[in-house]
Amino acid sequence: MSTATPTAVQARPSVGGPVTLPRVVHSEWIKFRTLRSSYFTLLAAVVFMVGFGLLACYGAIDHLNHPDVRDHGFSINAADRSLRGYLAAQLAVGVLGVLVVSGEYSTGMIRASVSAVPRRLPVLWAKAGVFGAVTFVVTLITAFVAFFGGQAVLSSHNVQTSLSAAGVARTVVGTSLYLTAIGIFAVAVGTMIRNTAGGIASIFGVLLVLPTLVEVLPSNWSSHISPYLPGAAGQAVATLNPDPGTLAPWTGYGVLWIYVVLALIGAATVLKRRDA
Amino acid sequence: MIEAVGLTKRYGPKTAVQDLSFTVRPGIVTGFLGPNGAGKSTTMRMLLGLDTPSAGHATINGRRYADHAAPLREVGAMLEARAIHTGRSAFNHLLSLAATHGIPRSRVDEVIDLVGLRQVAKKRAGGFSLGMGQRLGIASALLGDPATLILDEPVNGLDPEGILWIRNLLKSLAVEGRTVLVSSHLMSEMALTAEHLIVIGRGQLIADTSVADFTERASRGGVLVRTPDSVRLAELLGELPGVSVTDGEDVQVLTVDGVDSERVGRLAAEHGLTLFELTPQKASLEEAFMEMTKDAVEYDAVVAPRTLVEEHAA
Repeated sequence: MSTATPTAVQARPSVGGPVTLPRVVHSEWIKFRTLRSSYFTLLAAVVFMVGFGLLACYGAIDHLNHPDVRDHGFSINAADRSLRGYLAAQLAVGVLGVLVVSGEYSTGMIRASVSAVPRRLPVLWAKAGVFGAVTFVVTLITAFVAFFGGQAVLSSHNVQTSLSAAGVARTVVGTSLYLTAIGIFAVAVGTMIRNTAGGIASIFGVLLVLPTLVEVLPSNWSSHISPYLPGAAGQAVATLNPDPGTLAPWTGYGVLWIYVVLALIGAATVLKRRDA
Repeated sequence: MIEAVGLTKRYGPKTAVQDLSFTVRPGIVTGFLGPNGAGKSTTMRMLLGLDTPSAGHATINGRRYADHAAPLREVGAMLEARAIHTGRSAFNHLLSLAATHGIPRSRVDEVIDLVGLRQVAKKRAGGFSLGMGQRLGIASALLGDPATLILDEPVNGLDPEGILWIRNLLKSLAVEGRTVLVSSHLMSEMALTAEHLIVIGRGQLIADTSVADFTERASRGGVLVRTPDSVRLAELLGELPGVSVTDGEDVQVLTVDGVDSERVGRLAAEHGLTLFELTPQKASLEEAFMEMTKDAVEYDAVVAPRTLVEEHAA
């Protein structure tokens, strides 16, 4: 039985070649750009960042127009204020990161994906890479737009800052770096949980609920735990002058990446072990 | 060439597939049959490495599916459940799969034309009818021009024209020397398409045989005789060793087991008896299948409610 295979098939002209990581990345890029949900959710992130940033700056101006405030020497953090929208944008980025994976499970597409790439892990790396890169580029541009837009608003009262001021450039770029890490974290969470609702709930839980829960712990506990939570740690890099209680910008961002790497390891394990 | 060796899949206490071994040869269409819940889809998922077997292994062209450097070029698969993102167009779906193997865009266009989806290729797959979804699944399977095809219920949801199309497609793919494994619950369809059959029930192999042998083995093998001399003929036949005669409702009709129609005809001629009808009773594939999987179906009917209760309690 192991001998005669008719020659017609073997003689066929070859179509394509072996699966390689760059090819899987290309495939994931095609998948990402051919879904409307990608554009809608990214648009939401952009609108949140720019919109809330401008609103926060207008709010500051409104405040400054008040005579009492002006006389009491109110000072504002011009950089942070213009970038504040990332707190809303992180939810959009988190949702999309989960959807990139969970959308495949809910529709059955994952079976086609892992049939094409049966070693499976390249799919995870490619998804995380493509979504991370897209998030970085989009949110970096958006962060600069929000920053310059916000400063333009604040310049009416001459309270604006500039990119050359100490730490400002790091804060603007850091906003994008933070969102990128959250996006990759969400891809990993989506891979572990597989379910859209569960994945989104987990991301929201980590970013919004967890800090609140830690708050109610005895203060000498919470003060030791809070700075190390994924959100608080990562946000240090997106903040001009982090609170004394929080980690230094790059230390905090490094801590966030520890969570991201752990989540990716978990995702890889689940993807490889569990039936698709 | 597909080889399954001792494939077993357990989900907790339930065994979906048990010690299943078979070989699927190139050059012919092999039908994969079994009643609902027999483990056909689970077996196919194990062949493709989507499910990890609890025991045993499966190879395609001598390697596990996941060990192929370019799996889509070796094996094209379409599983029963849809594997298409509903928000993506048929063209982009195929393009994304093609990209993993560096398969050119021209090949994507080729398979779209081959399955007749040109008109709707740019539309979202979520709006596809069952038949269009099947065609897109077949297009995905053919993308890498694979030597082996594994198709789960490909005629499901197709109209008569579509069924005829897939029947001819499968045969022509086999004639080209490809290995073609097709699951179906439509026995009549397999009679027209497949040459070889692998029949499973309750996750176990029931038969691995040619279509002709399958029908032969499971058929009643009797002969129907209609004669005005039924009483005399019954007597004569009764004298032969190992032959049993059953009277029909009609006094002229006998059903004879243990002897072929030629022998009955000769016997009648020797004794000058008139025959109106002499018909070998060949079971249809459908009947043969039902006969063979009777135990598996009965098992389902009796045990399924209890399993449900157990699952509920667990």
